[in-house]
Amino acid sequence: MDLLNIFIKSAFIENMVLAYFIGMCSFLAVSKSVKTAIGLGAAVIFVLAITVPINWVVSELVLGPNGLFKTDLTFLRFILFIASIAATVQLVEMAVEKYSPSLYNALGIFLPLITVNCAILGAALFMVAREYNFSESVVYGIGSGFGWFIAIVLMAAIREKMRYSQVPAALRGLGMAFILTAFLGIAFMSLMGINPATYFAKH
Amino acid sequence: MADVVVAPTEVKAEPWFGKKEQKLIKDPLHIDNPITVQILGVCSALAVTTMVKPALIMGISVALVTGFSNLVISLIRNGIPKQIRMIVQLVVIAVLVTIVEQVLKAFSFDVWKQLSVFIGLIITNCIVMGRLEAFAMSNKPWPAFLDGIGNGLGYAWILVAIAAIREFFGRGALLGYKIIGAGPEFLVNTKASALLSWYQPNGMMVLPASAMFLIAIIIWIQRSKEAKLIDIS
Repeated sequence: MDLLNIFIKSAFIENMVLAYFIGMCSFLAVSKSVKTAIGLGAAVIFVLAITVPINWVVSELVLGPNGLFKTDLTFLRFILFIASIAATVQLVEMAVEKYSPSLYNALGIFLPLITVNCAILGAALFMVAREYNFSESVVYGIGSGFGWFIAIVLMAAIREKMRYSQVPAALRGLGMAFILTAFLGIAFMSLMGINPATYFAKH
Repeated sequence: MADVVVAPTEVKAEPWFGKKEQKLIKDPLHIDNPITVQILGVCSALAVTTMVKPALIMGISVALVTGFSNLVISLIRNGIPKQIRMIVQLVVIAVLVTIVEQVLKAFSFDVWKQLSVFIGLIITNCIVMGRLEAFAMSNKPWPAFLDGIGNGLGYAWILVAIAAIREFFGRGALLGYKIIGAGPEFLVNTKASALLSWYQPNGMMVLPASAMFLIAIIIWIQRSKEAKLIDIS
């Protein structure tokens, strides 16, 4: 029950892209067609499902005060998290290049950029901040990846329909994508229960 | 795409800051802007633009990090095996970001305190790695350095522009100086003035979504002026 709760919360209520606005660059750039969006979304689910538990192990068993070195090494968190993410993404890139060259070409520079997709590092840091245990962190990784997947596929579907609309020429494509994301974000805020007072208190 | 160079009969000394080099700085400011055209570094454009001061410092730091990481990666580009290039790039970026953070901490402690989280986030700012992948891995050190600085500055001016609008309309302030709002601490006290008593700060400007709208408006203006940027697909 708790795990299901975490899954739903991370996928919808605390959606990475539409509620926290992180992982934006590749979200905007690769949401032109549903097909590539599904490809990148799946890659992100995969990377998150692997890296969040790996980073849990890193932060608990290596960096934590009860870990391998018996000292508090949390100041190394950024670098070790990034290193494990980079290694995972590199593996994914090699696999995609080998098994699906067309997807590899469609994703272009945004495949290596999954490494610096803030959603990946963001998820790892949220996982630390919320003090999940191992099974929770697995579910959280899959859940937030799934949320990212939904968001990008949703966006790609809207943008495919947008092509038949009368958009001012200068706003076509990217400009409209920004506006749509803002509206989707505002819509997703209603899931959180919009409350400016608590929002201002937090920031 | 690189122009096809016809083999010159005599080797002319290339100017070290000629037309080509100026283009590397100028293009990212406008027609090849990282945020509005290349879509790189959007997340931080949403996160640090609620106020001008963090946006300004963030912009300068990013320009320095992109410039020098491009330079370093370009210097060692022929020695990096393709399979581990991301890790090498990230290590270089992380080292440079740590240097920037330490310098800021040493010389301007207040600003460091205010920005420490954001400075760390430069590591995951996709502009830095985007330019490494797209430019520095295949170009000589000096153009790569200029490209990095140019892109950093292109990023910085968008950030500062958005932050100025958001801070002024959302909080009635600019660079921390309180200009317009209800209260005696503001320069224009809307409560005391009969003419301006209708004025309310726009709460939406504080939400991240407003930055998306503002970027969309910048894109709109920019593409209306530069027809070749319009998306025809």
